[in-house]
Amino acid sequence: MISTLLKRELKVARRNWIGLAIPLLFFIIVVSLFPFAVSPEAPMLQKLAPGVIWVAALLSMLLSLEQFYRSDFQDGSLEQLLLMSSPTSVAISKIFAHWLLTGLPLVILSPLLGLLMQINYGFEHINHTWVLMLSLMLGTPTLCLLGAVGMSLTLAANRNGLLVSILIIPLYVPVLIFGASTVTASLESLRYNGELAILGAFLMIAIVFAPFASGRALKISVG
Amino acid sequence: MAKAWRWFHQLGSPKYLFQKTGQWLPWIWGATLILLAVGLYYSLWASPLEARQGQGHTVRIMYIHVPAAALSMVGYIAMAIAAIVGLVWKMKMAFAVVRSIAPAGAAMTFLALFTGSVWGKPTWGTWWEWDARMTSELLLLFLYLGFIALHASFSDRSKADKASAILAIVGVINIPIIYFSVKWWNTLHQGYSVTQKGALAPEFQVPLFTMLAGMYLLFAALVIMRLRAEIILRNQKSRWVMEWATADAKKVTHD
Repeated sequence: MISTLLKRELKVARRNWIGLAIPLLFFIIVVSLFPFAVSPEAPMLQKLAPGVIWVAALLSMLLSLEQFYRSDFQDGSLEQLLLMSSPTSVAISKIFAHWLLTGLPLVILSPLLGLLMQINYGFEHINHTWVLMLSLMLGTPTLCLLGAVGMSLTLAANRNGLLVSILIIPLYVPVLIFGASTVTASLESLRYNGELAILGAFLMIAIVFAPFASGRALKISVG
Repeated sequence: MAKAWRWFHQLGSPKYLFQKTGQWLPWIWGATLILLAVGLYYSLWASPLEARQGQGHTVRIMYIHVPAAALSMVGYIAMAIAAIVGLVWKMKMAFAVVRSIAPAGAAMTFLALFTGSVWGKPTWGTWWEWDARMTSELLLLFLYLGFIALHASFSDRSKADKASAILAIVGVINIPIIYFSVKWWNTLHQGYSVTQKGALAPEFQVPLFTMLAGMYLLFAALVIMRLRAEIILRNQKSRWVMEWATADAKKVTHD
């Protein structure tokens, strides 16, 4: 069931691939603003890198949420999907598709941004890019899961767009804290597996609760 | 047990709840005023100054700050519990309760942040610090405001109720993070010391616990007043509300 739903999500998304490319472009452009605004000096950029890359990733995840839910809600196909299968499995397929098409590309693009932000400046043997990718790999699915809940709740609301951000950003903060501090710890040559473990724990909690909550919310929005 | 269940179901009736809360309200307000009067007297005049850390009079801020901070969290937990009751037992009055707690809780959160900031300046030398506990209190304020914003964004009230109930339940995950953040990050804010043995001298405890009780009752009174308004708003069309409103109007004209 879920694989059928997932195939459908991927097919719909493929036909609107520009919509998927925009959040990624946003991710790169936002990060590239910081050298202009702060300073192009490598040590400075390196210090900012974990926070800047993580905040940009978080925002671009938020921006890309809309297209996985909004049009399905507006043209009525969400209602049909909910008639066809359980709300939780609809939510799972949407969350998974969202992560595959925005979270995973962010992880893959992050070495480029690490390069732009001079993340390996002054380190010959330690590769911080891997740590950055690892933290995003564990953190972005949690962002997708929480974002799905917020998006499903606001589908039937009169104002949207910014409303989702207000609801969800406070819930994103713990992920942001530990995501960025994983990379910071690595930059300071400290052990970072504790932070990674907490990111993993957040992911586990979110996997258990978020699809269910999102499914309930989708049902409320449609019903 | 059966009696308790019956009572629980009766509370689901808007009319019954409106009448009962109307009976409770004067008592709650009376107790609130007495406790707050006694508590404020003790905390502002009759309690000793803090000597060990040289805080002097600023320690008196504690008697507002601690109850406000406690209520900001208890309020959110109460909201989540009412939200679960509403979603599980489909009790419409539970949603009215959730909606009534939100503004009072947001006000308490703001009060806790404000008094904390005023207290922080003389003791720590700063209005604001990105300390874990303060930051999570700020996030709690955002959660309350997000809840209010979400509830206000629907034209259909039952959708608004259900969607924001889910948000309240999801947001309650933030409460343990607040609570344990002191232990996790452990930065500037002092640890939780109210119930720790010997951490708080008895002459501080008396005013603090009186103020805690008074503020809890004040919170309850505010929520109940809001709840009554919410009940009237949601049942405008029903007969007993019409009768209640016209009876009140007649009384006014007779006077």
